[in-house]
Amino acid sequence: MPLAFIVWAFAVVIVYVFLARLWWFPPPINQHGITYDQHFLSTLLVTGVIFFLAQLALGYVIIRYRDRGKPAVYSHGNNKLEALWTSAAAILFIGAVLASTRVFAGVHLARPPENALRVEVLGKQFAWSFRYPGPDGKFGRTDIKLINDAAGNPFGLDDTDPAARDDIVTSSLRVPAGTPVRLTLKSRDVIHNFFVRELRLKQDLVPGMEIPLHFQADKTGVYEIPCSELCGLGHHQMRSTLEVLTPEEFRKWEQAQLEQLRQLQQP
Amino acid sequence: MSSPVVHHAVHAAPKGFLRKYIFSTDHKVIGKQYYLLALFSVFVGMLLSVLMRFHMIYPDAKVSWFEKLWPTGAAGGIMTPELYLSLMTMHGTIMVFFVLTTAPQSGFGNYFLPLQIGAEDMAFPVINMLSFWTTFAALVVLLAAFFVPGGAPLSGWTAYPPLSAVGEIAGPGQGTGQTLWILSIALFCGASLMGAINFIATTIDLRAKGMTLMRMPLTCWAWFVTAILSLLGFAVLLAAGILLLLDRVAGTSFFLPAGLVVNDQILNHKGGSPLLWQHLFWFFGHPEVYIAILPGMGLTSTVLSVFARKPIFGYRAMVYAILAIGFLGFLVWGHHMFVSGMNPYTGIAFSVLTMTIGVPSAIKTFNWIGTLWGSRIRFTTPMLFALGFVSLFVTGGISGIFLGQPALDLYLHDTYFVVGHFHMIMGVAAIFGIFAGTYYWFPKMYGRMMNETLGKIHFYLTFIGVYAIFTPMHFVGVAGNPRRYADFKEFEFLGQLMPVHTFMTHAAFFTAAVQLIFLFNFFWSMKKGARAPVNPWEATTLEWTVPSPPPHDNFGGRLPEVYRGAYEYSVPGADKDYLMQNEPVGAAKTQE
Amino acid sequence: MARVSPSDVLRGAPPATPDYGDGGRRGGPARRAGITGIVVACAAIVMLFAALTSAMIVRRGLGGDWQTLTLPGILWVNTGVLLASSFAVERARRALRQGRREAFNHLWLAGTVLGFLFLAGQYAAWRQLVAAGVYLATNPSSSFFYLFTVAHALHLAGGLLALVFITIWAWRLRLGPGRRTAVDVSAFYWHFMDGLWIYLLLLFRFWG
Repeated sequence: MPLAFIVWAFAVVIVYVFLARLWWFPPPINQHGITYDQHFLSTLLVTGVIFFLAQLALGYVIIRYRDRGKPAVYSHGNNKLEALWTSAAAILFIGAVLASTRVFAGVHLARPPENALRVEVLGKQFAWSFRYPGPDGKFGRTDIKLINDAAGNPFGLDDTDPAARDDIVTSSLRVPAGTPVRLTLKSRDVIHNFFVRELRLKQDLVPGMEIPLHFQADKTGVYEIPCSELCGLGHHQMRSTLEVLTPEEFRKWEQAQLEQLRQLQQP
Repeated sequence: MSSPVVHHAVHAAPKGFLRKYIFSTDHKVIGKQYYLLALFSVFVGMLLSVLMRFHMIYPDAKVSWFEKLWPTGAAGGIMTPELYLSLMTMHGTIMVFFVLTTAPQSGFGNYFLPLQIGAEDMAFPVINMLSFWTTFAALVVLLAAFFVPGGAPLSGWTAYPPLSAVGEIAGPGQGTGQTLWILSIALFCGASLMGAINFIATTIDLRAKGMTLMRMPLTCWAWFVTAILSLLGFAVLLAAGILLLLDRVAGTSFFLPAGLVVNDQILNHKGGSPLLWQHLFWFFGHPEVYIAILPGMGLTSTVLSVFARKPIFGYRAMVYAILAIGFLGFLVWGHHMFVSGMNPYTGIAFSVLTMTIGVPSAIKTFNWIGTLWGSRIRFTTPMLFALGFVSLFVTGGISGIFLGQPALDLYLHDTYFVVGHFHMIMGVAAIFGIFAGTYYWFPKMYGRMMNETLGKIHFYLTFIGVYAIFTPMHFVGVAGNPRRYADFKEFEFLGQLMPVHTFMTHAAFFTAAVQLIFLFNFFWSMKKGARAPVNPWEATTLEWTVPSPPPHDNFGGRLPEVYRGAYEYSVPGADKDYLMQNEPVGAAKTQE
Repeated sequence: MARVSPSDVLRGAPPATPDYGDGGRRGGPARRAGITGIVVACAAIVMLFAALTSAMIVRRGLGGDWQTLTLPGILWVNTGVLLASSFAVERARRALRQGRREAFNHLWLAGTVLGFLFLAGQYAAWRQLVAAGVYLATNPSSSFFYLFTVAHALHLAGGLLALVFITIWAWRLRLGPGRRTAVDVSAFYWHFMDGLWIYLLLLFRFWG
């Protein structure tokens, strides 16, 4: 008997926390984020109703059919009911997944425009590095033998390649707002995961693979990038940020970086 | 496996302590051995989780006995992140393999499958004994990882390469510790395969007269399908483990690609694929979820029917649902890999199959409610745990509908939402199944009743406790909290979630402490509990026709004959509200 | 299922022998379980090798580092030896069924000796590869070759152990009717090992 009330109490609390959004997503910063949230909400609505009704029914039968001396009904089931809830469940579940395919396709099946800003993302135990191709639009040659984190060369850029000399390497990701960005994700040791909550986007970095990922951020601000695939003892410290700048700020920042590069490369 | 030895002639009880209690071939002794091994493991695993929860909210706390336990991992009494990760890896491995796989299937299954189908023993008693001692060896090898230089591995129970494949340079524990982990898993695979062969042959060939497949208790169906899943799954895990071991010790490149620079060292591997491991691992890993939960589902069905005094609602639908879950379980492994870099079209295909597997799970839930509808419930402790199972199964299953969609997984993957989901359904729901089984079958296993008052206190506090631990995980998951983080100090957004983590940690302390009530009840009742009659719950299946505990040969040399299905309660016209499966005529006065 | 007549349930259906899926041809429970057991065990081995095969196909398709392995010529001899062994074992089994004990003893012994010969031949094949500088980690193709052949040899050694035991029983006249199942089951496993080997040989001949 008390069990029924406990079950109901938990059902109410859980539904309340989700309705009141006591702990919730950060606000989205692009269209994909808005669509994601809409789809999450509709899934939440449907499953929330099922969840609440199921727990309600469980509590109900516990109270209603406790032993009060009345004999139990002798029944082995009901084929019609069985067929009804089987097909209802099937339609609901398959429907949910088909509805969500659109959101997934937007990320993984749509192609970014040709003029998208290209950035290479490199994960290593336990830091992030980002590489921009520079004014020539080409990523320069790299060689794993030249990797030197202390000297600021996590990619192993080969300076004898002219295309490599203008590559900007940073430890945080800066992008201009409202511009499509095309990332290429690479890892040089173990699997890491690139996650920006505000973008509603997550993708593994797998050694030996170059995985493309694209997005567009519309709202300026600084957003945290936590590594989201266990990568070793410093996993919880593998942090970087995504800084969404206005296009103007971004241009200025890029120029400053190039200027700095030129000075460093002066003999 | 080459020469199956089958004893069926005369079952003389063995003499001598060793043959009787240690190297016994009696399925009942082996079942108890498995159960006790799981009981030991679950307390180790729980202790590890308590330490993890402690570290998450007090990462800088100095505790002097930490240093005594782990001189390097907790130098100065402060737990290091690598120690946290090794606790996490061991917690997951112990719980998944040595508790959730061992207790419901190998423990209860070994003890009760022959009794429920009317057999004298399992088909291959010697292989059965070997299987237990191999499992025991696997546990010893796994725990040994704590005591080698570098300590236990830190790559999680999923052991994704390259982290798990490149050795010590990837972190402490990735040397000898990780090798021991693989050896332990390989041993466990061997043991599980031997066990599965036994379960399948026993179910197919040793059923008593009249025990047709469609008269078997749903527990037997669950054990049977679970054995098939074990057979197919563990063989694949064994293959994956061998490949991983070779990559580590023999310099091969199955999972390791070219161009690896780990800890500033260039590694000489080329051409392998880390994703290959994930495919092989999850081909086992997803069915493993069902290996853990199916026996619990079977048992919940039985317990609900017994204490509702009502036939199971839709027995055939339940059987088909178990079969469907078993079959579909092998087609959905890719849903663990939506963000792994797998082909997106493959991801969508996997997600459709994943949603399909929700259907038989929903059928089971509806049928449980249907069983209770119009019933006459007796609230015993096993019944409470079975009802708790239903509630947890719904809660844990619902969150699966989020995670099964690749689109939503783009955010939720590897957050605490996932941790909450699988702990609810595969962790505590399965554990509730084990508890229900313990309270239900203890009288038969040990000949004494467990204390009902303590049992009910244990149930209510545990039920509240597990909801308090695992529900908030969904909330912080929605806020984006990544899993497998040793602490939450580095990130601004995680700092804001600390109050929730503090709450969960205290709930975990509370729930862990409550389990001592169970432990006390278990061992106290073994010695001092009230004597159990043959059929204390007035249930219908065959194990309740023999003395508690049953004699060495189960049925005293005369195998039972079966006249009807396993769930005949409240049959109109019968002189009592249950009909045993082996009763030739159900009532003194036959109704016309 | 929904319509169950309570009076039928009360009366109970007569306890007919359950259908064990064979129409009663396989014999008593011990024999049935033995046969089911070996079939199920072989299914597990199939899964193990299927998993390794899928790993091999994936790994082969991954990159350009796969070098085709030249199989040592002795493998073809070994194949012949193993086939002959299987043949002898099968002839022995049939001889036993017809009650020709002596023929059984000789044929079964011949099958066993040929089994040992196959293992020796496999060892020679590995030595040949090593002499040619092909080691476990030389190339993915050689990794898989060693892995598959050693895994097969280990499983085969298990079967050989059973063959040896039966040989000893047979020559010491301890092969009573109770051990007929052991003979059948061992022979089944031995043929399975034979088939598995042919499969591996073809796999490496065409995809190695």
